Amino acid sequence: MFGLGALELARIQFAFTISVHIIFPAITIGLACYLVVLEGLWLWRGRDAYRELYRFWSGIFAVNFAMGVVSGIVMAYQFGTNWSHFSTFAGSITGPLLAYEVMTAFFLEAGFLGVMLFGWDRVGRGLHFFATIMVALGTLISSFWILASNSWMHTPQGHEIIDGKVVPVDWFAVIMNPSFPYRLTHMATAAFLSTALFVGAAAAWHLLRRNDSEPVRRMFSMAMWMVVLVTPVQILIGDLHGLNTLEHQPAKIAGMEGHWRNEPGKGAPLILFGWPDMEAEETRFALEVPRLGSLILTHSLDGQYPGLADFPPEDRPNSLIIFWSFRVMVGLAVLMLALGIWSVWRRWRGTLYQPGWFLRFALVMGPSGLIALLAGWFTTEIGRQPWIVHGVMRTKDAVSDHSTLMLSVSLVVFIVVYFVVFGAGTRYMLRLVASGPRLGTDEGRPRQRPDARPARPLSAVEGPAGRPDTGPDTGPDTGPDTGGDNR
Amino acid sequence: MTLDLPLLWTLIIAFGLMMYVITDGFDLGIGILFPFVRRRGDRDLMVNSVAPIWDGNETWLVLGGAGLFAAFPLAYAVILSALYIPFILMLVGLIWRGVSFEFRIKADDAHRPFWDRAFAAGSYTAAFTQGVALGAFISGFRVENGVHAGGPLDWLTPFNLFVGLGVVIAYALLGVTWLVLKTEGDLQARMRDLGRPVTGAVFLAIIAVSLWTPLEHPDVAARWFSTPNLFYFAPVPVLVVLATWLLLRALSGQRQAAPFGLALLLLFLGYSGLAISLWPNIIPPDVSIWEAAGPESSMGFTLVGALIVIPIILAYSGWSYYVFRGKVKPEEGY
Ligand code: HDD
Ligand code: HEM
Ligand code: HEM
Repeated sequence: MFGLGALELARIQFAFTISVHIIFPAITIGLACYLVVLEGLWLWRGRDAYRELYRFWSGIFAVNFAMGVVSGIVMAYQFGTNWSHFSTFAGSITGPLLAYEVMTAFFLEAGFLGVMLFGWDRVGRGLHFFATIMVALGTLISSFWILASNSWMHTPQGHEIIDGKVVPVDWFAVIMNPSFPYRLTHMATAAFLSTALFVGAAAAWHLLRRNDSEPVRRMFSMAMWMVVLVTPVQILIGDLHGLNTLEHQPAKIAGMEGHWRNEPGKGAPLILFGWPDMEAEETRFALEVPRLGSLILTHSLDGQYPGLADFPPEDRPNSLIIFWSFRVMVGLAVLMLALGIWSVWRRWRGTLYQPGWFLRFALVMGPSGLIALLAGWFTTEIGRQPWIVHGVMRTKDAVSDHSTLMLSVSLVVFIVVYFVVFGAGTRYMLRLVASGPRLGTDEGRPRQRPDARPARPLSAVEGPAGRPDTGPDTGPDTGPDTGGDNR
Repeated sequence: MTLDLPLLWTLIIAFGLMMYVITDGFDLGIGILFPFVRRRGDRDLMVNSVAPIWDGNETWLVLGGAGLFAAFPLAYAVILSALYIPFILMLVGLIWRGVSFEFRIKADDAHRPFWDRAFAAGSYTAAFTQGVALGAFISGFRVENGVHAGGPLDWLTPFNLFVGLGVVIAYALLGVTWLVLKTEGDLQARMRDLGRPVTGAVFLAIIAVSLWTPLEHPDVAARWFSTPNLFYFAPVPVLVVLATWLLLRALSGQRQAAPFGLALLLLFLGYSGLAISLWPNIIPPDVSIWEAAGPESSMGFTLVGALIVIPIILAYSGWSYYVFRGKVKPEEGY
C-alpha cells in the first residue's frame, strides 16, 4: 500500500493503535484518582457538590474506560500478530511483565469497577469508597508494569542472550532499569496533567456559557490548582528524564536537539527551531542560543555531548520527527505553565470564574495535555529507532512475516473501525460533559439533558437533579438509585 | 525440588481460558440472543444483567493471552501469527461489543438501533472467530524453524468453520440459561422456550465435533482410542447425554439456577474432551509444552505472582458477583 513494505505497515499499525489506546488510559488514570479525591472529600466534608461531581465524572469515566479496555485488548494481542519475532526473542521479559499487569492491575480495575459504577445502593459508603480506591490503584499499578516493560526496551539490563533468545537473569534489574523511574513518574504526571486540563476545559466551557454553579466552580478551581502545581513538577521530571536519556541513549538526545557535531572546545548551542536534514547531516535554518544546549544537558557552559554524526547512519533515529515532536511537548508545557500562573493571578484578583480571555484560554488548552503526551511518546519511541530493544534487537528483525496485502487490509480495517467507534465514543463523552453537573444551578442553564432516564446503566451514580441532598427522597424526578447518597 | 513449570503453566492458562469461556461466554451469548428479543426494555434488562461484570469476564481472555506470552512465547508468536485474520476479526468484534455496552445507552433514539446491531454483530463475530481459532488449534499448525510455515488462510477449512458455529451455539446456551437465572416473568419464559432448541443444537454440535475430529485428524483419533485415554474418556459421552437430558427438564420446570449450572457442566465436558485430544501439545500437532516453554526464570517469576494473586482475584470477583446477585429489575439503576 502506497509503496510501503510489511515493516512500515506493521509499524504504522502499531503506532496508530497504541496512540489511540494511550489517550484513554491517560484520562482513566487521571479521572480515577480525581474520583477518589472527590468521594473522599464528600465523605469528609459532606458537601453535595462533591457527590454531584462524582456522579457527573464517573459517567464520563465509564465511557472512557470502556474505550480504554477494548483498545487495550488489541494491544495485548498485537505483539503476537504483528511482532512475532520480537515475541519469540524477548517474550520471556515482556510476557511476564504483561502477565503481572493483568493479574495485579486489570483484574483489580475490572473487579471493582462494577461496584464503583453500579453499587451505590448495594454496598455501604465505606465499601464503595474502597472500590473507587481499588480502581484508581489498579490504573496506577497498570502503568507500573507496562512502563517497566516499555522502559526495558529502551534501557535493557538484567538479561542474557542465550541461543538467540533473551533470558532474564535478574528480575529486579529488569524492572528497575535505568529509564524506568523517570518514565513512570513522567507518564503518571502526564496523565494527571492531561486530566486536569480536560476537567478545567469542561468547567471553563460551562462558565463561559454562564452556567455558573457550585460544582462547576469547584471543579474549575481544583483543576487550576492541579495545573499550577503539577506543571513545574512535570518540567523538572522531564529535565531529569532527558539527562538520563543522554547517558543511556545519546543518539536519541542528539536527534531531539538536531545536534550533529561538536566544535572543539566550544559548548553546543540550543537550537530553538530548525529543520534537521538527515541527508545533508545538518540542521538547516537553525535559530540558536549559544551554549544553552550544553548548559541544559551538561550543566556547564562548554560541556559537550555526542552529535548525530558521531553515530553510523544506520544507527540514527529520524531527527526531523523527534526534533519537532519534542518541541511540541515542551512548547505545550510552557503554555500550561502560563495557564497556571494566570490562574493564580485571577484567583488573587477574585476573577477566576469570570468569563473572558482567561476562560477561553483554559478551554482551548483542554486537549493540550493529551497532545503533549502523544508528542512525548512519539519522541521516545521514534528516538529509539532503529532499535526495538535498544542495542539488542533491530525493529526490522522483529516484524512477523505477513504479506503487505494482509497488513494493508488489517490496517485499513483498524483505521475505519477506530474512527467510527472512538469517534462516536468521543462524541458521547463530550455530550456528557456538555450536560454538566446539576446541583445548585442558575436559572439560565439548560435543564437536565433529555435522555437522562434513571433506568440507564450508568445512572447508578446519577444523583438527584436540582434538589438539596436531604434524607431519603422519593421525589418524582429521582430514580431508585439515589439512595446511596443519603446513607 | 523440581517443579514441572510448563505443566503448571499449562494448567493455569487452561484454567484462565475456561474461566473466559464460562464468563464471557454468557456475555457474548446475550449479544447472540439480541436478534431474538426485540423489545427495548427486555434488551436493556439483558445488557444490565452483565453490565457490572463483563469487563472482569473479558479480562480472563487477556490473562490467557498474557500467560501464553509469558510462559510459552514461541506458542504465542506462532499461534497468533498463524491465526492473524481470525484474531484481528475477533478483536474488532470485541471492540464493537465492548463499546456498545456504553454507547447504546448514551445514544439518542435514532442511533440506538445501530449500537444494538453493533452489539449483536460484535458478539457473533467474536464468538465465531474464537471457535474458528479453536478448530484451527485442534487441526494443528505447520511449524518450521520456530516460525509458522503455513499460509495466511490455512485456518479456512470446513471443520474449523463448523467449530466456529458450534461455539456460537454454545455461547447462546450460556446466555439463555444465564438470563433464566437473572430475569423473571415474560423474558424468563421466553428464554425457557428458546433454551430447548438451543440445548438440542449444542448437543448435536458436540456429537458432530466428536465424530468429525477423529475422522479428520487420525493423530487425535489415535490418542482417543489408546488404552488409558479411552478409559478416562469413556464416561464423558454418558455424562453429556445425562447433562443434556437434565438441562431440558430444568428448562421446562421452575428451576432458576439449575439450567445455568447444567449448561456449564455441558461446556466443561466438551472442554475436557478437547484437553484429552490435545495433551501434551501447545502447538499441535508436534510441539509439546516442554519444547515451547520459555526460560525457567520467566516461568518461575510469573508463577509466584499467579499462585498468590489468582486466588485473590477469584475472591474479589466472586464478591462482585455476590453484590449483584438476584434478579435484575427493570426499574433498578444498573
Ligand atoms: C501508562 C499507562 C498505560 C500504557 C502505556 C498502556 N496501557 Fe493499556 N491500559 C492502561 C494503562 C496503560 C489502563 C489505565 O490500565 C487501562 C486503560 C483503561 C482501562 O480500562 O485500563 C488499560 C487497558 C488495557 C487493556 C484492557 C484491560 C482490561 O481488560 O481491563 C489491555 C489488554 C492493555 N491495556 C494492554 C496494553 C498494552 C499491551 C500496552 C502497550 C503496548 C498498553 N496497554 C499501554
Ligand atoms: C502508550 C503510549 C505509547 C505510544 C504513544 C507509543 C508510540 C509508538 C510509536 C509512535 C511507535 C512507532 C515508532 C516507529 O515505528 O517509528 C511505537 C513503536 C513501538 N512501541 Fe511504542 N508507544 C507507546 C507505548 C509502548 C509500550 C508501553 C510498549 C511496550 C510495552 C511499546 C512498544 C512498542 C513496540 C513493540 C513498537 C513497535 C516497533 C517499532 O515500530 O518501533 N510502546 N510506539
Ligand atoms: C519542559 C517540559 C518537558 C520536558 C523537558 C520533557 C522531557 C521529556 C523527554 C526528554 C522525553 C523523552 C524521554 C526518553 O525517551 O528518553 C519525554 C517523554 C515524554 N513526555 Fe515529556 N517533557 C516535558 C513536558 C511534558 C508534558 C507537559 C507532557 C504531558 C502532559 C509530557 C509527556 C511525555 C510523555 C508521555 C513522554 C513519553 C514517555 C516517557 O518517556 O516518559 N512531557 N519528555
